[in-house]
Amino acid sequence: MATFLQQLINGISQGSAYALIALGYTMVYGVLRLINFAHSDVYMFGAFMGYYLANTQVMRASVGTSALSAVVILLAAMGLSAGLGILIERFAYRPGRGVTRFVLPFWFGIVGAAVGQLLQGTIPALAVGAAVGILVGLGLEKAGLRPARQNSRLALLIIAIGVSLFLENGGQQVFGADPKFFPQIIPTHLLDIGPLRIDSQKLIVFGVSIVLMVLLNLIVNYTKTGKAMRAVSFNLDAAKLMGINTDRIIAFTFALGSALAAAGGILVSLLYPRIDPLMGVMPGLKAFVAAVLGGIGNITGAMLGGLILGMAEVMAVGYGQSTYRDAIAFIILVLILLLKPTGIMGKGMGEKV
Amino acid sequence: MKKFVLFLAAFVALTGLEAFLRNLIGAYNYQIVILVGINIILAVSLNLINGVTGQFSIGHAGFYAVGAYTCAAFVFYVGPSLRAITTFLPRVGQDAVLLLTGLSAGAIAAAIAGLAVGIPSLRLRGDYLAIVTLGFGEIIRVFILNIDAIGGSRGFSGIPQLSNFFWVYLLVLLTILTVRNLIRSSYGRAFISIRDDEIAAEAMGVDTTRCKVMSFVISSMFAGIAGGLFGHFTMYLHPNSFLFTTSFYLIIMIVVGGLGSIEGAIVGAALVTVILEVFRSFGSFRLVNFAILLVLIMIYRPQGLFGKGYGYS
Repeated sequence: MATFLQQLINGISQGSAYALIALGYTMVYGVLRLINFAHSDVYMFGAFMGYYLANTQVMRASVGTSALSAVVILLAAMGLSAGLGILIERFAYRPGRGVTRFVLPFWFGIVGAAVGQLLQGTIPALAVGAAVGILVGLGLEKAGLRPARQNSRLALLIIAIGVSLFLENGGQQVFGADPKFFPQIIPTHLLDIGPLRIDSQKLIVFGVSIVLMVLLNLIVNYTKTGKAMRAVSFNLDAAKLMGINTDRIIAFTFALGSALAAAGGILVSLLYPRIDPLMGVMPGLKAFVAAVLGGIGNITGAMLGGLILGMAEVMAVGYGQSTYRDAIAFIILVLILLLKPTGIMGKGMGEKV
Repeated sequence: MKKFVLFLAAFVALTGLEAFLRNLIGAYNYQIVILVGINIILAVSLNLINGVTGQFSIGHAGFYAVGAYTCAAFVFYVGPSLRAITTFLPRVGQDAVLLLTGLSAGAIAAAIAGLAVGIPSLRLRGDYLAIVTLGFGEIIRVFILNIDAIGGSRGFSGIPQLSNFFWVYLLVLLTILTVRNLIRSSYGRAFISIRDDEIAAEAMGVDTTRCKVMSFVISSMFAGIAGGLFGHFTMYLHPNSFLFTTSFYLIIMIVVGGLGSIEGAIVGAALVTVILEVFRSFGSFRLVNFAILLVLIMIYRPQGLFGKGYGYS
């Protein structure tokens, strides 16, 4: 019994982290009907931002001792990741909705910087490369090279895969491919409750996740922006006709989802401190499975799916074969979708003739 | 008769090329040519289910893996006794018998896996189907990782090198011809009708479930053949070659080429494989630049190079 409770606690803390990532998938799916594969890399980005923030001069003194510094690190990393989410949305996904400006300069700038780095390896070379790239991009844009007006959902999906590849490999360049160790930004204690021995970090992960999810629910259900988000996810065209600035709402959705993913990244790094640029791949995939499990597009479903998945995985590893760990998420997914094809809380769309 | 002559000519051309191609272009380029061929088989077969039938599957790497491992295991374990039976043949003939029986075993195993995955999952649509096929692909990989007889997580080594330019491109030709003729047959028309409007197809009397499963099984079978060729070229297999990222690259090939078009799948496969090699000059920025190129192609030409803009719903 004691082992079971112990495993239950592990499962809940693992599951709440999955739930945080799953929320971003499900919200973006809600507004754009897009599986945002780049989301798992925003999670990685969040963890790395936390790592670098904790290692800054200002922070280093107080890290690990004061709870305030941990909160500051968490919030700052969430903010930076929200910015990354907005950038991704603006330059990768929005061109498909008819926004044509500055797309080429942005991407060419990055290629230019990469080439500059490759040739010289110095900061000035990098800046010159980026500038040349931006100018070439601006020139091509002036010459009339414009994005296609309408993207199919499939093209959008491939763009998402492309952005994910970009962030993973870009991360290996910028952060380095070798794993780093996330600092203990909160001191850890072992709490003995009856026969149970609980790591305080697990409680913190669970607690912070709950607080963030409650906040998200408040935003989505009780603010005007939240109402607009729900409207956009219900029917984008109708929302636009009602005077909602849909582009802004979509950007806001990306920001919100990315911030939650960053929080997930930092919280998971508290439990498993090894971070590397590919760390997001598996958790991201599993979080997406969690979102589908709960019924994609449904916020409560994502939380539920995350918890179910986390528990099932921890239980299966605790009581069975740990080598099958990565398959368990998918086996559960297949079973649930075969019984209820729209996920646990998803609504069927019905067939249109 | 004309077709037979054409096929014979292709056969002779392949034999001739095989004889001196490796010396002509060097071992490195030869390897790229082989990889292009294997990727063409994979892309053309994936295009059958994704582009022609309109069912979005991202688990192709799973069937690729089943074929690769079955074929390799067959040759590894049954091969020696098969060689003993066929000693009356010259060495080349023995190799051919070995490779062809191995490929058949791989194709059958992959087709069975396709049937087992297809029957339950093809009830789902769109994103749900996509994620379930991805899930099955990963499940297959994790199970392979746990089978010790085929190397498990150490990888499967000791596979003889049986496939070469001749065999790969002979099967490329066979795949293209089969898929092309299939699309032109009444079954192929039924596949296309499902893509264009599933409900209308059903109303016209098309057995949609049967057609979808059939398309899925044929597609998986060719993936299995590609797997067999791959394993017998690299002489080593590891489950990490069959991650879902492999499926992603295959999807990228058929979408860049243009979904639903065989020419598109062929060009897409060749283009992506070659670009990835050419970009090696970017050093460690290779995949960064590949990713940016991919994003830009999709932003500026979302229907792909040869595509007519079929998506999925």
